[in-house]
Amino acid sequence: MNGVTTPSIFDASSTPASMIVEYTTLVLAVCGVIFLVVGSLIVYCIIRFRARPGDDLREPPQVYGSGRLELAWTVVPVLIVVVLGLVTARTILALQKDEPPPGSLLVTATGHQWWWEFEYPQYGFVTANELHLPVSDPADPRPSFFNLRSQDVIHSFWVPQLAGKTDLIPNRENYMWMEPLEPGVFVGQCAEFCGTQHANMLLRIVVQPRDEFEAWAAAQQRPAAADSSAAAGREVFERTACINCHSVRGTPAVGRFGPDLTHLMSRTTLGAGVATNDRANLREWIAHPDPMKPGVLMPAMQLEPEQIERVVDYLVTLE
Amino acid sequence: MAAIDQPVTSAKPESARAWTDVLHEWVATVDHKKLGILYIASGIVFFVVAGLEAAAMRYQLAFAQNDALSPEVFNRLFTMHGTTMVFLVGMPIITGFGNYLIPLMIGARDMAFPRLNAWGFWMFLFGGLLLYFSYFGSTGLYGAGSAPDVGWFAYTPLAGKAFSRGNATDYWILGIMLSGFGSLSGAVNMITTALTMRCKGMSLGRMPLFVWLMVVVSFMILVVLPPLTAAQVMLLFDRFLGAHFFDTQAGGDAVLWQHFFWFFGHPEVYILMIPGFAYASEIIPVFSRKVIFGYAVMVAATVAIGFVSLGVWAHHMFAVGMGKGLNIWFGAITMVVGVPTGIKIFNWIATMYGGKIRFRIPMMFCSAFLMQFLVAGLTGIMLAAVPFDWQLTDSYFVVAHFHYVLIGGLLFTIFAAVYYWFPKMTGRMLDERLGRFHFWLFIVGFQITFSTMHVQGLLGMPRRVYTYPADRGWELWNLITSLGVVFQAAGILFFVWAIVQAFRRPQPAGDDPWDAWTLEWSTSSPPPDYNFAELPEVRSRRPLWDLKHPDDPDWKYE
Amino acid sequence: MSAATVGTQPRVWTRGEVGTLLLILAETSFFGVFLVAYLFYIGKSLHGPYPAQVLELPILATLCLLSSSLTIVLAVRDLERGHVARFATSLLATILLGGAFIVFTALEWRELIHEHGLTITTNLFGTTYYSLVGFHAAHVCIGLLLMLLVLVLAVFGHVRREHAFRVDMLSWYWHFVDAVWIAVLTVVYVVGV
Repeated sequence: MNGVTTPSIFDASSTPASMIVEYTTLVLAVCGVIFLVVGSLIVYCIIRFRARPGDDLREPPQVYGSGRLELAWTVVPVLIVVVLGLVTARTILALQKDEPPPGSLLVTATGHQWWWEFEYPQYGFVTANELHLPVSDPADPRPSFFNLRSQDVIHSFWVPQLAGKTDLIPNRENYMWMEPLEPGVFVGQCAEFCGTQHANMLLRIVVQPRDEFEAWAAAQQRPAAADSSAAAGREVFERTACINCHSVRGTPAVGRFGPDLTHLMSRTTLGAGVATNDRANLREWIAHPDPMKPGVLMPAMQLEPEQIERVVDYLVTLE
Repeated sequence: MAAIDQPVTSAKPESARAWTDVLHEWVATVDHKKLGILYIASGIVFFVVAGLEAAAMRYQLAFAQNDALSPEVFNRLFTMHGTTMVFLVGMPIITGFGNYLIPLMIGARDMAFPRLNAWGFWMFLFGGLLLYFSYFGSTGLYGAGSAPDVGWFAYTPLAGKAFSRGNATDYWILGIMLSGFGSLSGAVNMITTALTMRCKGMSLGRMPLFVWLMVVVSFMILVVLPPLTAAQVMLLFDRFLGAHFFDTQAGGDAVLWQHFFWFFGHPEVYILMIPGFAYASEIIPVFSRKVIFGYAVMVAATVAIGFVSLGVWAHHMFAVGMGKGLNIWFGAITMVVGVPTGIKIFNWIATMYGGKIRFRIPMMFCSAFLMQFLVAGLTGIMLAAVPFDWQLTDSYFVVAHFHYVLIGGLLFTIFAAVYYWFPKMTGRMLDERLGRFHFWLFIVGFQITFSTMHVQGLLGMPRRVYTYPADRGWELWNLITSLGVVFQAAGILFFVWAIVQAFRRPQPAGDDPWDAWTLEWSTSSPPPDYNFAELPEVRSRRPLWDLKHPDDPDWKYE
Repeated sequence: MSAATVGTQPRVWTRGEVGTLLLILAETSFFGVFLVAYLFYIGKSLHGPYPAQVLELPILATLCLLSSSLTIVLAVRDLERGHVARFATSLLATILLGGAFIVFTALEWRELIHEHGLTITTNLFGTTYYSLVGFHAAHVCIGLLLMLLVLVLAVFGHVRREHAFRVDMLSWYWHFVDAVWIAVLTVVYVVGV
């Protein structure tokens, strides 16, 4: 779907991810050298010391050990570990942040089975599954700082191109930060097994230039569109069980169990990434969500086809 | 040290005995050799079952958005696959070889506690069958029954009553707990036997490395398996008695489970792997025709691994948000534990160096083990590199790493051990040609599957997903990974066929087909019930070398 | 001299001693986890009853249990010297003292449950307290059952001087159970209050 690139950890587009790539290069180099040295020794022994057909049956010289050799191949690995350990410690100290860096955009992410809730406390709105972040200019940094929580089980927030992963744990506050350096669409998903639909708890982060981001945020701040042509659908929505789980700001719908729908149509996918956000899928989702996302906690709403059509008419107005 | 020519197991020849007699003999046995074979055979059966579970998963994952398996079924499969491989394949096989070989290697007639031994085996088997009964028997809320589906490490709160309704998770708890008694009793037996029943002249410093390593493993089992039991009891109390050990609503800590589990879980993987080192330490010298290089250091390194492995557990938890100090400590200590492990690799290479290596099947598997375990160890170092781990943890890179350790390392050494000691256990050789088919097919399949699997992790694919989006560039790699299964399955078929053929068309092995040096080769194949006609007396670590080279015995140099 | 040694090399340890020590090692590890959980959750209960409100240092129970370690030492020594009757008496004393400990525990639990409303589901304190103290009490009960079995066999004349080693192993288990109690006492009634 639209312009997604493979989320390789080496395709870093954010400061913490780049720092990890840099650090990783050292680690891979060290491991690569060790592999070449030891690996070729093994291959050498296999080839050079194989018993040949014409060999006499005498046993080769028996060597019981060598203090010097054993000391050498203890000291060298220890030195490698010391160096790697120190570099690791330094990188951890640089990467781990418990407090927002100055100028940060704040986002509170709450994990649910199987969708993501995002609150922007500085702007006062809540959205779901798809996140917009501003590009950070090194001259005038605007990193993004996350408070991570969970409403039910343990989840993990992982968008490889933007940062390493951090878990969302109930009854615990975790933190992570990212500093996107280029605009684009970056994908990720939950990385801690959280039940039936763990595989479909997808993440979509849209990184935009500062002004575009502000425009998006301003649009999100507005209460729900009140399009009179969709009044019939809105009535169905507000009179049935929909409002038990969903919120539409500016209406009586204040449910918290499911995603906020105030600006549903500003998102490109449904069901945390299982389907594109269009009329047909919306209709199907309301009528039979389970075939689209087996085990999903949204029940089939048992509405008449007519009613569903009206609700969809209403939902597509929620830009 | 004379061995009797004919093994005397019963008055009548086998073919004339009623099958009920044979069955009774095996069911009622307390003989360490029969129990050892029962453990190993059970492990192999569970291995095939868990392998089929894996094959089903790889079929589902070969294509993006595949619908061959529902998420519910897939989640049960990966839970059962992992649980089976660790607890019902790895643990019994290591207990089996330990049981079979330790008394023979130290010149004893049986283990210290034969009846405890038998009890342990049947508890293990019952626990395993109870776990598998869950596929059929588990009840609960409609749609919430059946086999456990919370992953082999069953993190809370997902494994708690609120999110895991029905009894699936309870089968996981009880099956493992019961089969764990088998491991515990095996450990008590192995240590006691090695410490108190060695033959005359066999000081601790003259025990085969195999015995030393199994003693270390057994101590580890006794220290780390009870914490798992304790954590599982706590989970059981939460689920049945309304306790709050892991109940976040009552102020409980979801991560506490992880600390307890991994305090068991990390040493557990060394418990699985060290017996593999033990097999390699017996096989590589014999086929290189050289004594093991640095016996004392090998023991010391293993003891070091045993101790240090108790302090690294939270390297499975770098993403849970621990403080910087803890992350630094666990990263550093995990790298430290790589040092004694690396040392062992050097010692094995040094053993081969200057040797006259005979590449029979056991040595082929051990050579592959050396290369593959090197890679596995290095990806382990990568995972210990904490910032790198923040990308790699919970991705397919981890899955690739631990399969490299457990298949590329442990399973290959288990295959080596089977080809090496099967002749001793049954008196027949396993066919060399079939063995070569097994080896090459399996190593090709293993490499296709698990080398490529690292790539999926690096490209951002998390683990434990029943499917994945089509637009992330993962599909080709997944397809290749899945194709490797075909070769591995073919290799296993040749393995099973080789075992069958050994009974249909026996090639007699004799006492000592490999020209080896430890005491098990001094008695007949298979050994008589009482192992040795006369208990041996030894003067060095390689008693049979001394016998075969009276002009140049080991005890002059040790 | 025990029949537990096999082989001709002189031993420092016998099979029974090694086996019993290994069992104690595993059990120590098991209890260790419950002790860690208890320590971890000190002060974290969301609501009471709290330890300081409801726990009293169980001095009498502790005295009973610890002196039962003394009586079992005497019992083993008596049996080693062949004084079966004296052995049986000391063993009976051990059982009664251990039994008294259980009775005191039961009374304490009755008060906690009925008067203070503390059960395993009440709060984190209840959860960790009942599991830790409960497992310890269960191990005491197992010891009592084993000792009772030995006592019955002794009364019927089946226990002789050559069985002293086996009863000694049972006494090692019993001393272990006492040592665990000291740890539990310290953690629950001193540190945690």
